[in-house]
Amino acid sequence: MTDDQTTMSQLAVQQRPVILEVSGLSKSFGANPVLRDISLKIHKAETVCLLGPSGSGKSTLLRCMNWLEQPDGGTVFLAGQPLGARPGGGLRMRDKELAAMRTRIGMVFQHFALWPHMSVLQNVMEAPVHVLKQTKDEARATAVSLLQRVGLAGKMDSFPARLSGGQKQRVAIARALAMKPEVILFDEPTSSLDPELVGEVLAVMQDLVREGMTMVVVTHEMGFARDVASRVVFMDGGHIVESGPPDQFFEAPQTERARQFLMRYAARNN
Amino acid sequence: MNEFALVWEHRDMILIGFQNTLLIVVLGTVGSLVLGVLLTIPLMSRRRGPALIGTIYVDAMRCVPFLLFAYLLYFALPSLGLDFDNWWTGVVALILYNGAYMAELFRGAWANLPKELIEAGQAYGFTGWVLLRRIILPPVIFAAIPLVGNQLIQIVKDSAFLTIIAVAELTHEATSLQTTYFVPFASFLAVVFLYWLTCLSIESTVGYANRLAEVRR
Ligand SMILES: Nc1ncnc2c1ncn2[C@@H]1O[C@H](COP(=O)(O)OP(=O)(O)O)[C@@H](O)[C@H]1O
Ligand SMILES: [Mg+2]
Repeated sequence: MTDDQTTMSQLAVQQRPVILEVSGLSKSFGANPVLRDISLKIHKAETVCLLGPSGSGKSTLLRCMNWLEQPDGGTVFLAGQPLGARPGGGLRMRDKELAAMRTRIGMVFQHFALWPHMSVLQNVMEAPVHVLKQTKDEARATAVSLLQRVGLAGKMDSFPARLSGGQKQRVAIARALAMKPEVILFDEPTSSLDPELVGEVLAVMQDLVREGMTMVVVTHEMGFARDVASRVVFMDGGHIVESGPPDQFFEAPQTERARQFLMRYAARNN
Repeated sequence: MNEFALVWEHRDMILIGFQNTLLIVVLGTVGSLVLGVLLTIPLMSRRRGPALIGTIYVDAMRCVPFLLFAYLLYFALPSLGLDFDNWWTGVVALILYNGAYMAELFRGAWANLPKELIEAGQAYGFTGWVLLRRIILPPVIFAAIPLVGNQLIQIVKDSAFLTIIAVAELTHEATSLQTTYFVPFASFLAVVFLYWLTCLSIESTVGYANRLAEVRR
């Protein structure tokens, strides 16, 4: 891509509506400040990859986005609507209101977090039926087609305990998609997989990118970030240190910390 | 050998006791499981009040010998204006007492549940009762099955203490048989055999349930 084209596509992204925005977010655990004044906008159909060393606050940021972690300061907006706290901060939303907004945000966990007591099909149908109040037939039809799409039509009646890690994570992605979310948050979706299973999960995610899903992905898969991210956000010590298109981040990182991070990563993988 | 013939002759007494024991154990089991689940909710609550009340109840029960508790209840219920006969007093005692143990088992299983599993529920919009019923309690119960099995056997053994408040259960019937006909060895051996049979069938049922649960954990 030439510089001109990069600028053009960036421009196009900026003009799309903002799906998820965090503004001035801060979070401490006890005396340990983990997020410091984070602001970030995720536009429709963007894939934002969050990179950074372990402990830099990536998971915490992701978990603040749907208030699994309650921020100490700042606001999260979903399609312009404040989430968790009421406008102006402070007052916490009621659980029901928060839950209703959470249904619009998918989440995929590092350790899958499938519900072990339910079959694969039930896992995918569960929230559509019991939270969104879809009929079972409707939810089943959606679930079956999503499981076909992630290549697990043959495993619908299996329990999670019987699946490989890669299969579990693909079920987890189908479970997220069943809610027809406006954005999906991925927290290191391939980090607990055996190396030979990483590819099948990344392939499914790549499909989603192609179809224009809005995604925030915490990952250590640099290849994935480089190939499919529309933007890379690099975090260190609870700050966003650098943010930009992947070409720029990987070829010409702007900060010393990003350079060091990439060098350490390259050294580890040679 | 005469002794056993005598017991056989009066087997209807023993069988009545056996029937009562089985019925009391079944009611005690169902009741204490329900109470256990209900008590686990305040025990795991983040609010301090309910958690404290739950803990006090569970600890109080666990530190009283069942025999004494059954006695206490027998005298306490009427003075509270509750008109239970011996039989129902015994059932209530079993439920209140073993419910505390069940709650403690479920609390332990809940605390050991992977945190992400519950968070996935919350992230997908589950809250309150639906979160509990659909996401949290089933894996808690599946995880607790082997320990619940042990507690069921405890219920069977506790039920024998109800003889002191004159519930016509197995031990009580054996005692009256032996005092009437002076056949202690035969009558007690007969009921020990029936207790043993009861526990054996509980163990195999729990074992079967555990195999079903295995793949769901
Ligand atoms: N629940 C928690 N309680 C206390 N400290 C936490 C908790 N979660 C995360 N932390 C701390 O916050 C920092 C950032 O963690 P995290 O967001 O998981 O980083 P990352 O995902 O980038 O590895 C770490 O120092 C971690 O120890
Ligand atoms: Mg993390």
